[in-house]
Amino acid sequence: MAAPPTPPRAAPVGPTARDQTARDQTAGGGAEAAVLVRGLRKTFGGRTVLDGVDLAAPPGTVLALLGPNGAGKTTTVRIVSTLLRPDGGEVRVAGHDVVREPDAVRRRIGLVGQHAAVDEVLGARQNLVMFGRLHHLGKAEARRRADAMLERFGLTEAADRPVQTFSGGMRRRLDLAAGLLVSPDVLLLDEPTTGLDPQGRLDVWAAVRGLAGQGVTVVLTTQHLEEADRLADQVCVLDGGRVVASGTPDELKAAIGGDRIDVVVAEDRRGEAARVVAAATGTPVQQPEDRPGLVTAPVADRMAALTAVVRALDDAGLAVVDVGLRRPTLDEAYLRITGRPAEAAQQTEVAA
Amino acid sequence: MTTTVIDPADQRAPALGRLGWALADGWTIAVRDLQHWRRQPGQLAVGLLFPVLMVVMFGYVLGGGMAIPGGGDYLDFLMPGMFALTMVFGLEATMTAVTTDASRGVTDRFRSLPMARSGVVLGRAVADMLGSVLGLAVMLLCGLAVGWRAHGTLAEALAAVALLLWLRFAFLWLGIFIGLATRDPGVIMAVQILVWPFAFLSNAFVPTSTMPGWLGAVAEVNPMAATVAATRDLFGNPGAQADGWLAEHALLVAVVSPAVMTLVFAALAVRRWQRLER
Ligand SMILES: Nc1ncnc2c1ncn2[C@@H]1O[C@H](COP(=O)(O)OP(=O)(O)OP(=O)(O)O)[C@@H](O)[C@H]1O
Ligand SMILES: [Mg+2]
Repeated sequence: MAAPPTPPRAAPVGPTARDQTARDQTAGGGAEAAVLVRGLRKTFGGRTVLDGVDLAAPPGTVLALLGPNGAGKTTTVRIVSTLLRPDGGEVRVAGHDVVREPDAVRRRIGLVGQHAAVDEVLGARQNLVMFGRLHHLGKAEARRRADAMLERFGLTEAADRPVQTFSGGMRRRLDLAAGLLVSPDVLLLDEPTTGLDPQGRLDVWAAVRGLAGQGVTVVLTTQHLEEADRLADQVCVLDGGRVVASGTPDELKAAIGGDRIDVVVAEDRRGEAARVVAAATGTPVQQPEDRPGLVTAPVADRMAALTAVVRALDDAGLAVVDVGLRRPTLDEAYLRITGRPAEAAQQTEVAA
Repeated sequence: MTTTVIDPADQRAPALGRLGWALADGWTIAVRDLQHWRRQPGQLAVGLLFPVLMVVMFGYVLGGGMAIPGGGDYLDFLMPGMFALTMVFGLEATMTAVTTDASRGVTDRFRSLPMARSGVVLGRAVADMLGSVLGLAVMLLCGLAVGWRAHGTLAEALAAVALLLWLRFAFLWLGIFIGLATRDPGVIMAVQILVWPFAFLSNAFVPTSTMPGWLGAVAEVNPMAATVAATRDLFGNPGAQADGWLAEHALLVAVVSPAVMTLVFAALAVRRWQRLER
C-alpha cells in the first residue's frame, strides 16, 4: 500500500476576500463593494469570536457566509447591521461606516435575523405597517407597501390573524417581508431557510435571486453547502472566527472534491471493501466509526466512478447492501478545507 | 418579483426635526400597545379588575376587623393605598413588555431601523402611562362605588392623582431597567412575587403605627408609603395623621423619592441599552 495522499491544505481557493477588496478599490470608477469588511475583530468577555474577518460583496451580488455552529456568522451579520459594535477592523455598507454613520447604514439595509423578530400579538399587516412607519414612510405609503409585501409572500389570507397563530414558515416569510419593506440596497439574511419546508426554501431562493437581479446586494449565512451553491456568487467559509476559504461555489467545490460515493457492505467485510473502492476511485476513502459498514470516497466523474466501483466490488465477490452518489456534507467540506475533521467525526483514512 | 428598487430616501415622509421624529416614532410604538389591548381585551380586563378584587378582599373580607387609629372608615383609609398599589403593579406590565421585546428580537429589529433611538423608550412610557391612567380611573370609580370619597378640593384631588402617576413613572424606569437587564423569566417572576411583601410593608393596608416599632420604621421608608400618606392627606381620608419626620413631610417625600428613583433607574436603563451594542 502506498502512503495516503495528504488532503489539500487550507490554501484559500480562488481570489481571497482581500484580493477582491483590492480589486474593487482599484477598479475604474471607484465603485466600492456594497459590503466591505476588513480585519473585523470581536471579543465577548475576553473570548475572541471574530479574529480578522475580511469580506467584500460587490453591488448586486450574493455573498454566502458558510460555517458551522458558533463560527461567528450571526456575530458578523449583527455587526454589519449596526446591532453590535466591532472591536477592531473596518465595516462599510453602501459606502457608510457602521460605527461612524449607523443611521445612514440603517437606512440602506434590510435585516432578517436568525430568529423571527415580529410582534406576536399583532397581525401580519399591523406589524408591517408599524415597521414601515418606523422607516418613516407616510401612513398611506406604509399601508400600500405592507399590502404589497403580504401579497408577495402569500400572507394576504392570514394578514389580520395574530402572528402567534402562524406556522414557523409563515413567520419566516413575514420576517422577510419586514426586511424587504423599503427595498434596501443591502439585504442581510441570517440563515433565511432554517426551519422552512422544501417549498418555502425554494421560494426564498427565488426571492433572493430576484433581488440580486434587481441590483440588491445580499449577504446571507447558511450551514448548507447546497444553499450557498445555489445562490451565491461568492462563498466565504467561516470557522472559529476566521475566513478559512473563499471563492466562487465552483472553486470551492473543486477544493472540496466534488461528489462522493457511499458504499454499504456487511460490517465484517468493510476493510476489504475499502481497499476495493480506493483502488477503483483512486482517491482516499473513509470509514466513519459511527456508521458500521459504510465506505465513502470523493469522486471526480460521477458515472464513471459509480460503474467502476460497482464492477470492482462485484469482481471481488463483495455483496453490496447499498450504493449511492451524493454531494459532500459540510463536515467533509471542513475536512478538505481546513485539513482537519470536524471534532465529532473520527475517521480512518485508507490509502489506495 | 415585480418590485422595483427605489432609493429609500425618496420613499420617506417629509422631514421632521430630531425631536419631531422621536415623538412620531414614540407614538408609533405606543399605538402598538393600544393595538395589543384591542387584540387581548380579556388580558386588559383582568389587569384592570385585579386591583378591584383586592379592594373587595381587603375592604370587605378582612376590613371588618380593622380599626383606624384616630377613627374613620376602613374603606376610606384603604382606597388611597389601593390606588398606589395599582401604580406599583404597573411595574409588571413594563418589565414583561421590555423583556418580551428583547427576547423575541423585536428590540433588535427596532435598533436596526433608521428610527429615533429614544422613540422606543418614549413609546413604552406613553403606552404604560396610558395604561395606568386607565387603571387608576377604574380604581377611582371602584372607590366611589364602595363609598370612598375625596373630601378635599378638586385641586387637591388632582394633585393626589398626579402624585400617584408620578409614582408610576418612577416604577416605569425600574421596569425598563429590569426588563433590559435580564431575560431570565425566573427573575421576572421573582420581582412579581416581591412586589407583594413590598406592598404589605407599607402603610397601604394598615397604619404603620399598628406594626412593631422596627417594622413600622421599615414600612415608612418604603417609597410607596409617602405617596400613600400624601394622597390620604390630599383626599382628606383618615389615617394621614403622621408621626415621625418622613410621615410629616409625606408630600415632599412623595415628590422627591420618585424623582430620585427615576433619575437612578433611567440612567441605569440607558446604560443597559448602550450595552446591547457590546
Ligand atoms: N452576546 C454574546 N456574548 C457572549 N458570547 C457570544 C455572544 N454572542 C455570540 N457569542 C459566542 O460567539 C460565538 C459565535 O456565535 P455566532 O452566533 O456568531 O455563531 P453562528 O456562526 O451564528 O452560529 P449558529 O450557526 O449556531 O447560528 C459562539 O461561540 C457564541 O457562543
Ligand atoms: Mg447564527
